[in-house]
Amino acid sequence: MIRYAVRRLLEAVPILIGIVTLIFLLLHLAPGDPATAYFNPNVSPEIIDRMRENLGLDRPLHEQYLRWLRSFFTGDFGYSFSQHRPVADVIRDALPNTLLLSAVSLVLIFVVGCSVGAVQAVRQYSALDNVTTFVSLFVYSMPGFWLGLMLILAFSSPAMPEFLRLPISGVTSVDYEFMGPIERMVDRVRHLVLPSFALGIASAAGVARYMRGSLLEVIGQDYIRTARAKGLSEWRVILKHALRNALIPIVSLLGLYLPLLFGGSVVIEVVFSWPGMGRALYNAILARDYPVVMAASFLFGVLVLGANLLADLSYAVIDPRIRTD
Amino acid sequence: MTSPLLQVRDLRTYFATDRGEARAVDGISFDVREGETVALVGESGCGKSVTALSILRLLPEPPGRLLAGSSVQLRGEELTSAAESRLREVRGGEISMIFQEPMTSLNPVFTIGQQVSEAIREHEAMSTGAGERRGAAARRVAIEWLDRVGIPDPEDRYGYYPHQLSGGMRQRVMIAMALSTRPALLIADEPTTALDVTVQRQILELLASLQTELGTAVLLITHDLGVVAQVADRVMVMYAGQIVEEASAEALFRAPQHPYTEGLLQAVPDLEERRERLAEIPGNVPRATAWPTGCRFRPRCPYAWSRCRDVPDLRRSGPAEGSSARCWLTDEPERRSSGSGFGLRSPDGRREGVGES
Repeated sequence: MIRYAVRRLLEAVPILIGIVTLIFLLLHLAPGDPATAYFNPNVSPEIIDRMRENLGLDRPLHEQYLRWLRSFFTGDFGYSFSQHRPVADVIRDALPNTLLLSAVSLVLIFVVGCSVGAVQAVRQYSALDNVTTFVSLFVYSMPGFWLGLMLILAFSSPAMPEFLRLPISGVTSVDYEFMGPIERMVDRVRHLVLPSFALGIASAAGVARYMRGSLLEVIGQDYIRTARAKGLSEWRVILKHALRNALIPIVSLLGLYLPLLFGGSVVIEVVFSWPGMGRALYNAILARDYPVVMAASFLFGVLVLGANLLADLSYAVIDPRIRTD
Repeated sequence: MTSPLLQVRDLRTYFATDRGEARAVDGISFDVREGETVALVGESGCGKSVTALSILRLLPEPPGRLLAGSSVQLRGEELTSAAESRLREVRGGEISMIFQEPMTSLNPVFTIGQQVSEAIREHEAMSTGAGERRGAAARRVAIEWLDRVGIPDPEDRYGYYPHQLSGGMRQRVMIAMALSTRPALLIADEPTTALDVTVQRQILELLASLQTELGTAVLLITHDLGVVAQVADRVMVMYAGQIVEEASAEALFRAPQHPYTEGLLQAVPDLEERRERLAEIPGNVPRATAWPTGCRFRPRCPYAWSRCRDVPDLRRSGPAEGSSARCWLTDEPERRSSGSGFGLRSPDGRREGVGES
């Protein structure tokens, strides 16, 4: 299994090089460059040209690319054109926020998704099943950014009772510095509620649909009848014998939903002013801040590949049939 | 007279289907006495598996339902009205069951040892030694049983997953799981059908030797008359949801009373008596939503006459004690010799005999 993991990691290297190369080319194909951000009647073309020279944008494309690639693999992510600080600093500030938001959403997706799906399967065709099926289809078909905006409207509305109102932007309140440790924790959690909900709920609905189908299929299997014939309680039959088998296909969804999660974080972070990688990437693209765009895309690539590897490895953990001897 | 181990009376299990109500099991009665082997024989779709599942109430309800008036008694205790908690004690405890498909009847994500010891723990079928934990005791008993059913190196195999074993080995695991709780009755639903012929024989021998050792009664469900001849004391032949003939194994093979049994026996190849072609029973098993009126075998029966429009009941028949058949021929045996039977019949239409291909 360790050999398998190492092999997968090695395979990831050419994929990542491919990703950054593609993004590099796409960025340079797009019109405009960082200097255009300074276009202004008061700035002479000479100054713009000198800026291009300073940033190395006057060099031939392949030279820029190779220079960037070289420094990249020595751990030097370069210098942000628009924020005037090292890209490494930008990432250090933004990455933890994105990881926190994604992790909370991921837990929400799988805990809510699997529980709802399991309850639906066990109570197939009941009123509960029908209602939750309707709700999950409704939620599933709702775009995340629109849901985010609606949540902001609802939870910041004066009509909402005071105790139900939730923060709609940022990771902490303005008076965070003056809070005690417990208050700080509560404040952080309250800030997480709406963005993680908006980010994860559609995927949770999707997972619930998969889980329902998967568990229903497992419940019809011969070995479930065997478990019942042993005299196990219905609880044990479902929770021990059925659930573990039903989770096998769900685990592979992990590799499918994580990229969606990181992609969704770009939109949700902008909507909720969440200072994470997604928002940093969004702003960097608008400012043609090449080093930040490149670094952020690279990191998202790493996260997605890592997530897929994780999904495949957990697959082997949960299903003995694909463990290699 | 003491009550038999298992007494089934007028068992009716119906299913709701799109085509209407399927009367899968339609009023069957039989007894299984302590320690004996009773075979329930019939074609696919005759209701024999449903009978087995109904005894333990393992059928999904709905769509299935047991009709009022059905009775299943275990040593005089009614199971059809028993509480779920009591049924759980019976399942795997007093009555165990093994199934046709050893490939799919074991849970793929647990080791075979875990699955055997789970049954043992569930029914407390072990005694813990001094200072021994429950889990360890169950493990020890499970390994003993794996050894008993002929799994080599059981200590090591305890940690194997089902996919690492062959079909025959898996069926041995199923047998270990079923018998480790020392049940009074084992229901074996086509236990050898999915296995190779050589493995079939080994499994049957294993079942027979464990049965003698433990004194377990066996209700063997099969469509294979060869299997029946090897192991059964008594045979019940099922057709269209009903028992059509019941007799000792010996009497049944020597002189079948019901035309259906006769057809079944003639469809089995016989090495000593070389025949040009095997006889076949014309037609198909009717659908459980629409059994034929009168005698249910009438449309396929070579002897059928006007009286068969009336429903025959199960009545004493033939020379042997305890034999009975659901057929009007028991009243008018002379019709049997005048009828054409199965063997001499020219096969209807294009289907040619087995010998030519």
